[in-house]
Amino acid sequence: MKYIYELHKVMVARNLILVYEGEFTQEITKSVLAMAERNMDSMKEDPAVKRKVFNIMVECLQNIVKHSDEINNHSVTDLNNAVFMIGKQEDKYVVVSGNPIANDRIEMLRNKLEKINSLDKDGLKEYYKEVIKNGKGLSEKGGAGLGFIDMARKSGQKLQFDFEPINEEISFFALKTVVLRSNTAD
Amino acid sequence: MEVLNLPGTEDTPTIILDSNNGIFEISGRSLPEDSAEFYTPILEWLDGYSSTPNQETEFVFKLEYFNTASSKLILDILSKLETIDNTKVSWYYHEDDEDMQEAGNEFSELVEVPFDFRTY
Repeated sequence: MKYIYELHKVMVARNLILVYEGEFTQEITKSVLAMAERNMDSMKEDPAVKRKVFNIMVECLQNIVKHSDEINNHSVTDLNNAVFMIGKQEDKYVVVSGNPIANDRIEMLRNKLEKINSLDKDGLKEYYKEVIKNGKGLSEKGGAGLGFIDMARKSGQKLQFDFEPINEEISFFALKTVVLRSNTAD
Repeated sequence: MEVLNLPGTEDTPTIILDSNNGIFEISGRSLPEDSAEFYTPILEWLDGYSSTPNQETEFVFKLEYFNTASSKLILDILSKLETIDNTKVSWYYHEDDEDMQEAGNEFSELVEVPFDFRTY
């Protein structure tokens, strides 16, 4: 039973207000969003901060839902699940996701995220407009290729990411997005 | 034309497209699982309307939130409105929602349709 206390300690130490591990669907996305919204409402969070966190959560969760079927062929059973967490600290919210991805997607993801991180506010705005205007409609996954750009814009901070190898076919993709609360400190 | 009236849900917006009464409005939250599927009937309705439009069309966007997949479809709607004479967009945003105001600004820069910005 010790793991319960261990897990509790980790959650407290990292200020995690919500952790979900498992299968991701639109229904679960809606539930997670509703829980996080209620939490922020009960804390009387500033509406602007709340909207940004909500926005980033949606893009993050729907990304996982869209791509979750890609690694089923690799059948590493439990490792197909993803994890989603929200941390709340005095000065910021932290939205974190982790999900397995096929290794052949790493380079594309890394390039996209590095490009986004190299841009400032105006650069991101131009990049967003370029993708929405010239994108060839939605991908077969229903994505517009705008999710990470939007997350970076709403965050105003760099996106933090990492790829942890699981085996020769898949890796664990971790993504962390920060929303500062400081400009609204009470 | 037939009225298109879709009540909003927790992840899809309310849609009212009613040419007889001159009401063209999308409001609420838009984060459907499949945004292309959700917006197909709206785009089809606009295709029909564009062949015999009213003398003037005021299209109201009163969105509280939309995801990036929806933003692509919103641009598709605006592109259709571009082809309809005497159309204008009324873009509503909550008075303290700068991001929604900015989103409207960006859309207005992408299409040749006049935008009115209004707070609620």
